[in-house]
Amino acid sequence: MTTPIRTLPRLAVIAAILAAVVAVFAWVGGFLSPARISGSGVADSLQTANGKIYPGFRRAHAKGLCVSGHFDANGAGVALSRAALFPAGSVPVIGRFSTGGGDPSASDGRNVFHALGLRFALPHGEEWRMAIDHTPIFIVSNPADFLALQQAAIPDPKTGKPDPDRMKAFVAAHPETRQFMDYMKTAPLPSSFANGTYYSIDAFRFANAQGQSRFVRWQFEPETPFAALDKATLDQQPTNFLFDDLLARMQKAPLKWHMVVVLANSGDRTDNATVRWTGPHRQVDVGTLILDHAATEETGGCRDYNYDPLILPKGVSGSDDPILAARSAVYSASFRRRAIEGPRPDAITKAESPAKSQEGAR
Amino acid sequence: MSPNRFALPARILHWLMAALILAMLLIGAGMISTTTDRYPELLAWHRPIGLAILILALVRLAVRLTHRAPPLPADLPAIQVAAAKGSHYLLYTLMIAMPLIGWAMQSAGGYPIILWKGFTLFPILPHDIVVYGWLRFTHGLLAYAFFLLILGHLGAALFHGLIRRDGVFSSMAG
Repeated sequence: MTTPIRTLPRLAVIAAILAAVVAVFAWVGGFLSPARISGSGVADSLQTANGKIYPGFRRAHAKGLCVSGHFDANGAGVALSRAALFPAGSVPVIGRFSTGGGDPSASDGRNVFHALGLRFALPHGEEWRMAIDHTPIFIVSNPADFLALQQAAIPDPKTGKPDPDRMKAFVAAHPETRQFMDYMKTAPLPSSFANGTYYSIDAFRFANAQGQSRFVRWQFEPETPFAALDKATLDQQPTNFLFDDLLARMQKAPLKWHMVVVLANSGDRTDNATVRWTGPHRQVDVGTLILDHAATEETGGCRDYNYDPLILPKGVSGSDDPILAARSAVYSASFRRRAIEGPRPDAITKAESPAKSQEGAR
Repeated sequence: MSPNRFALPARILHWLMAALILAMLLIGAGMISTTTDRYPELLAWHRPIGLAILILALVRLAVRLTHRAPPLPADLPAIQVAAAKGSHYLLYTLMIAMPLIGWAMQSAGGYPIILWKGFTLFPILPHDIVVYGWLRFTHGLLAYAFFLLILGHLGAALFHGLIRRDGVFSSMAG
């Protein structure tokens, strides 16, 4: 027979053991660290900066168009990485062109930040996914700054616009962000999705069959001659001018880009996406991306993928760039949310549908 | 003759899986809490350990069905007997369901199911992100349920071992 006097301390021991397990779980799960930044936390900040939630759409780069085609490798990449993309041959590609921002029906003149998501279907179920941008640099160097930037961009309920003083303060404290904004203002930007160069943004690590590994960035350089966007007339452009332009171009002929791998020099920063690699670099053209089909998100088969830049084949891995891991975590949170909300018709589908539904009625 | 201890394979499987499942719950909670390098690192561990748990759980179910378990103490109150039996059915269900849901949701999400670099598992559901969304939600919810169930299981085991001292604890730990 146990008496309460002997039972109580033992119950206390049991309670202490259980409490310790809960405490470890809470600590690992970040419940004791309010300052820890999660993918969901950044997705929340994007929603707040967007001013509202657009159910079923990505929390960033919400407006997009599907493309598909193939990548024809020339074999030159084999020396750099054992990735199954590089041996001479062709692999199928699905992609998604998008503009920045979280409003899926935003006017293209308001969002001149272009991006391209790519999904290369490699043999044996391997995949290489990319999310590449038309700027060689990113706007911030780490997730905490990204969060602060989103907070500075929260629209003021009175004006519907961000408080300019908050943004000024952020930019003053972040010269790399000012540099990015200056680039967007002063550098000639591509007038079309078709004539832009798309950059990997982050550094990655390539490993070849001989076991040599090196840091790289890469870019997709268009065969379409560059033409500069007229920044003065953006507000007079039709809402979907960038996407309409791409659809029209792709009806005429396939669009091509060369994948050029840039090998890091010893002094290059691999951990900071806001820092350009300047000066001479060894560059290797590893093949041609040929996009020969475009369709809206409703029918194009690109919408329901997450272009997570860390879905990589053997021979490619991430770097020490904090933006890279953060993109992976944040894209996943965004994907989770829009998936359960269920996809909705996108702006380009809606713009094209009056004609389509009339055809269907006939 | 009833055994007073679980069979050796059952005991080995129990402790091995206890470690793996606790690790798995911590990895899951940890990875969704961060945007640092820990996120891809933990995610890379999460999938192979999940598959290992699925395989071990199926082996363990077979062991459980082919070996007699020691009976519960005759003086155990009916409510505790029901709790013991019910919680074990749930534990087995979750051990098998959680990895299966993980595999199914990654399939429905259109993700390659990478066990390790260069080796992908086949999908078990067609690509449908609404299905992915609900399975992903369920996976997280059941993870919390699993954690609570394990806490209850641990508490009950310690209660048998420290307070009732009825041989139940040593039937697995002894």
